Amino acid sequence: MPFSISRDEVLETINMVQAENLDIRTITMGINIQDCRREIGEQTGQRIYDKILGYAENLVKVGNDIEKEYGIPIINKRISVTPVAMVGDGLNKDDMVTIGRYLDKAAAEVGVNFLGGFSALVHKGFTRGDLALIDAIPETLAQTERVCSSVNLGTTKAGINMDAVFEMGRIIKKTADLTADKGGLGCAKLVVFCNAAEDNPFMAGAFHGVGEPESVINVGVSGPGVVLQAVNKHPNVDLGELANIIKKTAFKITRAGEMVGREASKRLSVPFGILDLSLAPTPAIGDSVADILESMGLERVGTHGTTACLAMLNDAVKKGGAMASSYVGGLSGAFIPVSEDQGMINAVEAGAMNIEKLEAMTCVCSVGLDMIAIPGHTPAETISAIIADEAAIGMINRKTTAVRLIPVPGKDVGESVEFGGLLGHAPIMKVNSFSSNQFINRKGRIPAPIHSLNN
Amino acid sequence: MLEEGKKVIITVVGYDKVGIIATISAVLSNVQINILEISQTILQGFFTMVMVVDISNSKLDIVEVKDALTAKGEELQVQITVQHEDIFRFMHRI
Repeated sequence: MPFSISRDEVLETINMVQAENLDIRTITMGINIQDCRREIGEQTGQRIYDKILGYAENLVKVGNDIEKEYGIPIINKRISVTPVAMVGDGLNKDDMVTIGRYLDKAAAEVGVNFLGGFSALVHKGFTRGDLALIDAIPETLAQTERVCSSVNLGTTKAGINMDAVFEMGRIIKKTADLTADKGGLGCAKLVVFCNAAEDNPFMAGAFHGVGEPESVINVGVSGPGVVLQAVNKHPNVDLGELANIIKKTAFKITRAGEMVGREASKRLSVPFGILDLSLAPTPAIGDSVADILESMGLERVGTHGTTACLAMLNDAVKKGGAMASSYVGGLSGAFIPVSEDQGMINAVEAGAMNIEKLEAMTCVCSVGLDMIAIPGHTPAETISAIIADEAAIGMINRKTTAVRLIPVPGKDVGESVEFGGLLGHAPIMKVNSFSSNQFINRKGRIPAPIHSLNN
Repeated sequence: MLEEGKKVIITVVGYDKVGIIATISAVLSNVQINILEISQTILQGFFTMVMVVDISNSKLDIVEVKDALTAKGEELQVQITVQHEDIFRFMHRI
């Protein structure tokens, strides 16, 4: 078969990679560890460690090989495992911390930068294992480098577990305190979900869900820079046409991910799970979702019209991407993390963006209040109340929502915190100073919503 | 019939000068890589070349070819990329 791609098409791809930061954000290998339970934490951890090494030994090498052969950067290779609370059910808190250390060791040994699955699914209530794991989160995130933790505390079908909402406010505060020397970095590795996706390849919320096979490859693509350039080239088209342009661009980005996913799956002899169609920004200049929204015609992201622009962008990316991949899943939506997106940071510093607007934006995109630094003195109840608001949006709208807040110890509005690398830096954002104490201390469960009278 | 999946796309972008094609062709012929197609142009003063090659008889694998050409590119002060054809097929054709 002759090579039928035109020179312009070849150059377009090369330009996307070299000038517009097109990359595959992550290849994430999901590994089932439900068969790793042993009598005590130490043995369980060792068994999990051995299993991860057996499955993921070649993950990083395969990722690097594909990157070189196809000339498309693959930024992260990662691992997700079955929620540890399930595997370790019946073990105590210290055992959970021990398992966390083994996970960290395994991640370091195979060379992945993050490993997700130090998780619990508690949307209806806690098991003893869930309670032990949640209790172990602050210490684990302080003592480990690569382990990521997530807790699912609400679903559309089950409602919101407000006992867990109460608890997670305190856990987030404690995690920040135990990592105070690093600006509360532990909290950057902890995410609270409503309607968590079982096949999400992105950290910190990745875990290997219970409906998943023994092992699976999930891929997360990225490409805000590519979409930004496409939008920039068309300053005067109407929004219908602009949506079309974004769709076509998203198609191409997603195809690159599809190819990498299939190839990785073949080389690792592990089934290909899903492709996650998220636009995931990085702190690199131009690799920003905020910049796309601004190039759609907003003076600054956060101003009136932002939610509408984001809704259109998110939908167009999904439409283009869905056509390009055989299996779409995970979170699949534009990410709006603050610290990881330079355009978002600029908007916060200019006073254009606040936490209330971010909350509104999460109604129309994935995935939630993400990587937002707040004052260290914010009460645990206020953090819980922010979680409750976000979970309510997810529950009612049948979508995934998440909260990843960092109450930075010793810092207040007007200051900023530096996390480095992909996590970026973040200005401390103001939260509402009126109390939510009584509401949060009621606890209990918010009942699942009705879904037939939907207005 | 050319074996499926053995085609590689080489692109060269940089300031035009004498001997770019000659140098790259020499590297390729030394390791038994057959050139199937060359398309070359000058875009706004930039030399731009897209080359389709067959590596089925190559003495080097694609990564080694890439390393060899990247080194040559530095000597010539041009940017050379080497990529398997599938990335383009996937992105531009349904």
